[in-house]
Amino acid sequence: MERLRRHPELQAWLILAIPVIFLLIFFMAPLLIVFVYSFLERGKYGGVEWVFTLDNIRRVFDPLYFKTFLRSFYIAIVTTLITLGLGYPLAYFIAKSPPSRRNALVFALMIPFWTNFLIRTYAWVMLLRTHTGLINVTLMNWGIISKPLPLYGNDFAIILGLVYGWLPVMVLPIYAALERLDESLLEAARDLYASSGKAFWRVTWPLSIPGVVAGSMLVFIPSLGAFVTPAILGGGKSLMIGNIISNQFLGAHDWPFGSALSMVMMIAMLIATLIYFRWTKKSELAT
Amino acid sequence: MSVKTEQMQSNHDIWERIKSKLGGWSLSAYGILAFAFLYLPILILVIFSFNDSRSVSKWAGFTTEWYGKMLQDGQILLSIWNSLFLAIVSTIIATILGTLVALGLERYRFRGKTAVDSMFYLPVIIPDIAMAIMLLLFFNMSGIGFTPWKVNFFGARLAVPYSVIIGHVAFNTSFVAIVVRARLTQMDRTLEEAAQDLYANAWQTFRRVTLPMLMPGIVGGALLAFTLSLDDFVITFFTSGAGFNTLPVRVFGMIKKGVTPKINAVSTLMLAVSLSLVVISILLSRRSGDGDSVQMGF
Amino acid sequence: MQRKHLLTLIVILLIAVMALAACGGGKATEAPKQEKPAATEAPKATEAPKPTEAPKATEAPKPTEAPKEESVKPADEIVVYNWSDYVAPEMYDMFTEQTGIKISEDNFSSNEDLLAKLQGGATGYSVIVPSDYTVYIMIEEGMLEELDHDNIPNLKNLDPEFTKLYYDPGNKYCVPYLWGTTGVGYNTELLENPPQSWEGIFKAKESDPWYGRMTLLDDVREVFSAALIYLGYDNNTKDEAQLEEAKQLLIDAKKGVAGYDTDNYEDLIGAGENLLAHGWNGDFLQAADEYGNIDYYIPEEGGTIWIDNMCIPKGVTPEEKLAAEMYINFVLDPKVGDMLGEYNYYATPNKAALEIADPEYKENPLVFPPEEIRAKLHFIKPLGEFESVYQRLWDEVKSAQ
Repeated sequence: MERLRRHPELQAWLILAIPVIFLLIFFMAPLLIVFVYSFLERGKYGGVEWVFTLDNIRRVFDPLYFKTFLRSFYIAIVTTLITLGLGYPLAYFIAKSPPSRRNALVFALMIPFWTNFLIRTYAWVMLLRTHTGLINVTLMNWGIISKPLPLYGNDFAIILGLVYGWLPVMVLPIYAALERLDESLLEAARDLYASSGKAFWRVTWPLSIPGVVAGSMLVFIPSLGAFVTPAILGGGKSLMIGNIISNQFLGAHDWPFGSALSMVMMIAMLIATLIYFRWTKKSELAT
Repeated sequence: MSVKTEQMQSNHDIWERIKSKLGGWSLSAYGILAFAFLYLPILILVIFSFNDSRSVSKWAGFTTEWYGKMLQDGQILLSIWNSLFLAIVSTIIATILGTLVALGLERYRFRGKTAVDSMFYLPVIIPDIAMAIMLLLFFNMSGIGFTPWKVNFFGARLAVPYSVIIGHVAFNTSFVAIVVRARLTQMDRTLEEAAQDLYANAWQTFRRVTLPMLMPGIVGGALLAFTLSLDDFVITFFTSGAGFNTLPVRVFGMIKKGVTPKINAVSTLMLAVSLSLVVISILLSRRSGDGDSVQMGF
Repeated sequence: MQRKHLLTLIVILLIAVMALAACGGGKATEAPKQEKPAATEAPKATEAPKPTEAPKATEAPKPTEAPKEESVKPADEIVVYNWSDYVAPEMYDMFTEQTGIKISEDNFSSNEDLLAKLQGGATGYSVIVPSDYTVYIMIEEGMLEELDHDNIPNLKNLDPEFTKLYYDPGNKYCVPYLWGTTGVGYNTELLENPPQSWEGIFKAKESDPWYGRMTLLDDVREVFSAALIYLGYDNNTKDEAQLEEAKQLLIDAKKGVAGYDTDNYEDLIGAGENLLAHGWNGDFLQAADEYGNIDYYIPEEGGTIWIDNMCIPKGVTPEEKLAAEMYINFVLDPKVGDMLGEYNYYATPNKAALEIADPEYKENPLVFPPEEIRAKLHFIKPLGEFESVYQRLWDEVKSAQ
């Protein structure tokens, strides 16, 4: 025990041993398959031929796919920003509620997502449809608009669907970071800075940064890879990187290329994530 | 202190109090609106569970027939139990593992930390379909296969393949770790240090001090894991052998022939059960009344 | 108070996890041992019967479809991997009543999902229902068991036309299940004169009522087939110039298209959101039943035809294979074939079933297109590595603004 205490490194590995071993066996080992496949030739209809090639990697840098990546990136960024804008005050609201109600509110936040994803998405279709959607029909009946609004089958619908789906995921970590906020600290800050606005920026916001960072990441990455929401709400009229990858595995029966696309995307994202975390850590320390 | 400055001070106080009251109200109003947004499509979903047609696209009159149909459909009921069991088990395991990861990575410096750190981001980053197919290949190549865990879950006899549980834990652990780390990063260590001095036992410090402080993060992470697991289609579809269906797998199977209001009925039922649990917990905590009002923070 | 609650909760959670971790740990080391036989069995697909279920009990007096091989008894239960809602409601119960074999059904929603899952090594399915080109791929990849025709005497009921299919002449590996066509469905209340040519769809003008209110299938080969057929080319062409032309046509048509949809299009027609959709005949006919305002046709240049089939994937035990063949034989029964076709609004390849079928079904030209239209229907054939070219072009169409 004493020894453990004196050797934090040993302690760390003791804590991490089980999850690390689990992930090594059940994630990294399978990931090796994807890695190896990226350098093999495609089987005629799925699977691989055991012949080494760099062709797949080369094909990833096709301008068409790069364009798709940029587009996905744009959609994911916009989604993340809107989700953050909507999610932060919601997390704040929950964190400020009486303690006994907080857990219930957190549950209430997640419960809509315990219904089925497809059914939820079809409910949005029901609301957004151009000519027969509830929103457009209602607005037209009330005479507020004379021509239906383009709510469906476009980027607006995709982003709305993604924001809706990932809002709670943004709220959870921000709430987790805010919840510990000591009310007396805020009180003191208010006295000190003389305005609640200032108190917020000086005290609350810096404390919540880790939550914002984690939430943004948890929203950004899955939005980048989304493919069902774009297909249903976006009318399948545009491509996201997630569509391209799943089409290679399924439609084109080209597993190696699908693997190569996945690998390259993962590496790019991983580097971006690490930089992002380092950078936010630093700016946290600065505040 | 002169009378004048005191006067100013109290004026300022009143003004601040009004401002914070207003802020509180608008915050509450926003909270209500935000929840309305989250529940708006759910309302549509519930309404259509009473639709007198196979369609979920056009209203054709009121019926409760889909609830009857749902209750007669053994396959759907079984798939609900499968979903719940899978979500609960994988959430529990992933929550433990994810919390350990968060503690290990946030509290210690050690060689190889960046590598471990990166490794735990990968399951969040990897595209679903790539993860699904690689796991399928892995389970098949390694001979682990699709052996089911036969279990009696509230009277439902389930056979849940270990492969699916492992797949869900593999992606959920990282999600939990990220949420818990957000809580842990700037947590005050002085309390823990004080406790450590008092108890002189790392485990007790952890249990009495660290864990309770981490709780909102853990609860958040667990809820996220549960939700992701309950709603996952791609990984479940590819990592299960024959005969194992969760609700999303059943529903995605129906997509080609049209999803019927039966699924809306299922969703509505699950919604009703979980919402009433939440309401009960609110009522219970009210009764136990632990001086909430004092902490009303508006 | 709060804190205490949380603590108890945590303790409970921890205990639960310990228990689970213990189970999990045990399994991780045990599982490979247990599964070894299956793992070595799968690739080779040897016929070694599973050790557990080989009570070679004497042949109890089994009804009608008694197996020919004396040593093999049919499995008690099999899993059918099928499209959803693609059987007549009473079918499985009838089969169980006749044979004592229980059936459970899993569903997939695309041939690609089915293929990828089986290629990845998923096992346990005794009967699968892939479409024509997927059967071709599966045969080529050695994924299917040969059928023992002795166990399927009802094969004689099959329309002879369906015994000489390009993907499986002589029904060595599969038996056709139902077939249908891909064409155009429309809302009869909102649209009186749908375009009779694909031209109206691919070159829709803003003045056309269906401009911006039609969908094409979200399926590379189906959409390219329609475009190539309109252009007068082979819909399985490998000519890059022709494909380029088709791609350009599709990009130009994109403005008038509300979306690419394989799942929900018939509902959107029925609800009046869209007026016109490229899709499968049975989907439209079933939706017509629901909404009462949908009709279907095949444009004058032609369309595509497809056949779904019952096959047995490699890796089944002999007991399962026998049970699967009994099931296939059962589906080929005239009465069952008729039930199946009429329920689904798809055409049955079962000639004997047609003899007893309701005239309303068998004379429906939307289900059984007349000879002159059938001549204009084409199969979508698998093209091997060349499918990457199609996929690339489709990605271009999809990402065009």
